[in-house]
Amino acid sequence: MSSDQDHLQETDTEARFEFKKEENAAVRSGKGLTEEVIRMISEDKDEPDWMLERRLRALEQYHNMPMPSDWPGMPDLSELDVEEIIPYIRPDVDKREGVDDWTELPDEIKDTFDKLGIPEAEKNALSGVGAQYESEVVYQNMQEQWEEKGVIFCNMDEAVREHPELVKEHFMTTCVPPSDNKFAALHGAVWSGGSFVYVPEDVTVEMPVQAYFRMNSEGMGQFEHTLIIAEEGSEVHYIEGCSAPKYGTHNLHSGGVEVFVGEDAHVQYSTVQNWSKNTFNLNTKRAICEENGTMEWVSGSMGSKATMLYPCTILKGRGSTDTHITIAFAGEGQDIDTGAKVYHNAPETSSTIESKSISKDGGRTNYRGLVHIADGAENSSTAVECDALMFDNESTSDTMPYMEIEESKVDVAHEATVGKIGDEDIFYLQSRGLDDDDAKKMIVAGFIEPITEELPIEYAVELNRLIELEMEGSLG
Amino acid sequence: MARLELNNLHAEVAEGDETILEGVNLEVQSDEIHALMGPNGSGKSTTAKVIAGHPAYEVTEGDVLLHLEDDEFGEDIEIDEDQRTWNLLDLEPNERAALGIFLGFQYPAEIEGVTMTNFLRTALNAKIEEREELFEDEEDDESDAADDEGFESSPMEGPADEGEIGVAEFQQILQEKMEQLEMDEKFAQRYLNAGFSGGEKKQNEVLQAAILEPSIAVLDEIDSGLDIDRLQDVSNGINALRDEQGTGVLQITHYQRILDYVEPDHVHVMLDGQIAKSGGPELAEKLEDKGYDWVREEVYGTA
Repeated sequence: MSSDQDHLQETDTEARFEFKKEENAAVRSGKGLTEEVIRMISEDKDEPDWMLERRLRALEQYHNMPMPSDWPGMPDLSELDVEEIIPYIRPDVDKREGVDDWTELPDEIKDTFDKLGIPEAEKNALSGVGAQYESEVVYQNMQEQWEEKGVIFCNMDEAVREHPELVKEHFMTTCVPPSDNKFAALHGAVWSGGSFVYVPEDVTVEMPVQAYFRMNSEGMGQFEHTLIIAEEGSEVHYIEGCSAPKYGTHNLHSGGVEVFVGEDAHVQYSTVQNWSKNTFNLNTKRAICEENGTMEWVSGSMGSKATMLYPCTILKGRGSTDTHITIAFAGEGQDIDTGAKVYHNAPETSSTIESKSISKDGGRTNYRGLVHIADGAENSSTAVECDALMFDNESTSDTMPYMEIEESKVDVAHEATVGKIGDEDIFYLQSRGLDDDDAKKMIVAGFIEPITEELPIEYAVELNRLIELEMEGSLG
Repeated sequence: MARLELNNLHAEVAEGDETILEGVNLEVQSDEIHALMGPNGSGKSTTAKVIAGHPAYEVTEGDVLLHLEDDEFGEDIEIDEDQRTWNLLDLEPNERAALGIFLGFQYPAEIEGVTMTNFLRTALNAKIEEREELFEDEEDDESDAADDEGFESSPMEGPADEGEIGVAEFQQILQEKMEQLEMDEKFAQRYLNAGFSGGEKKQNEVLQAAILEPSIAVLDEIDSGLDIDRLQDVSNGINALRDEQGTGVLQITHYQRILDYVEPDHVHVMLDGQIAKSGGPELAEKLEDKGYDWVREEVYGTA
């Protein structure tokens, strides 16, 4: 058995995700959102003026927008007080742009990522790794072969300095402008860290690149920004993982993701989200797809107190394709409101959305999705399938699939199922020798199987493992 | 040798007062084939489910005992004298399975996303493990408790060598048993009963029994929904259970037809929640000819 599997064998959620480290910050902003805080962040990063201006503009937009409150069945955000969140903590590391050798990191940070299994995964299955601790990327490395081919994988702050033209053009302009929603505006004001990925024409990055985001300090907010530009005919798979220890007060994660999929390019974006259950997870993720480009979103949402996340693809070019695969798991006190958005703005575009959600112990999942097919997007097709499995009568699951079809020559399919885990099914498995817990685990594994079988194996294993850990609590 | 003993068994539906079993007495032992017949609603399926531990039924009186001899589970497991009789009503369904009880379902569950191979290997290993726990010496308990603190790998993605029976070894067992039952090998990769025809499901129940090697198999209408070819395959499978593994079979059926292939040693007729009459194979033939009314008349007398 490899040490990687040993790591996966580790059972205790506490040991794997919820360990806490002493906070050791070099710079720490005050709470709340003032111009002063924004200026301080920008100055600490030694940013060019144009970026500071964008931040301040976003801050103004944030203050002018109301909190979303009119969505049917939306998670309760009343306990979230953004003014109490610490938006910026720069950990005390020597090298600002992040090191490329794990051993150069302070022990407590190195130990954190060791426990999360990141260096091990890097050795075995990844082209590159970025690791963010609090507000800053502390480790960044990519195999040389990709660098030689012109691939860029660096932290977002470095990209602002080193690749200003690309960033100026793509950063929160056409894809996710701060005006998109209140949390996008918040993100635009206080963003810090994240990844910048640039893949030149016709380059295929064979193994995935991974970024891991870790929040350690109580009451902080993490606002990393990820910008991926895949040029014509290129291909890349980006994986992000996230976790934090649990605290009594609330943390906020509000990431921004922008993906530009060039002609004939193919981008897969996978997320395993395991934030602690005091975290509000409110993200904006969007991709723009050129002609014959392909965008795939894979999301596993296991953690957080409340999640609102609807990765969006704009199918702008003729013949472009979108795939969404979503797994959500909500336990006690969790409200996972997630789904997908697709805009078919060109002919012959297609989208496939598969969503599986599981709720137990009073948790709630909601699939909220929008498929828009514009007038003139002839011969486009969409297929939406959402299935929900509930463990008990206390748990809830809703499905809100919206469709806006303006074009008549289209193919639209939609299926939804909602069901409670069946007593007869459990008894059947028990009568063959499985105990009650294992019977339920087997049924859940089977429920998500159509999705996990499409995933890369390491990712599928990790996802299954997380779901099992979630189930341990209630079943054990 | 194993012997299943039902003593004065009374049971009702757990949520409600409807009494279904009114004092069933029955014994089935290894190497024997029993047929349990009777009109609809007489309590046959309930008897089967109560033996296996279905949570929808509550036993209000009587016992379900399983008697084992010391060599029932081979040389590896030593059965002490005080562990030879088990009151199944105190045990969970999976513990009953570990002791060698198998229920062939009239309507097997369909479990999407779980392959036959994965399911059967998991079940077999779970059964072996549970059996070890049931028979382990008490002084070992403490060290085992410590072991249990570790996370047990799940059926869905554990490493290939996990469990008593590894993947390669299991493939071989499965292939052998499937050939015996003339089942297409594609079954191994299909999801458990999902989209199976009625006949395929029944065949699959017999396959599961063949792999789990029960001491006592209760087969609830295994012959319903079978065409003649498959009836023969299924019958061969049931006979093999008895002939090769010494399984005691309690077969619930409405029809004489399967009894032509699986010849019973004993035939019982159930009426109104009790065994009303028992006899040899000739009893089944008589029922086929004359129906159940004459039994009713014989038992209750004519009005």
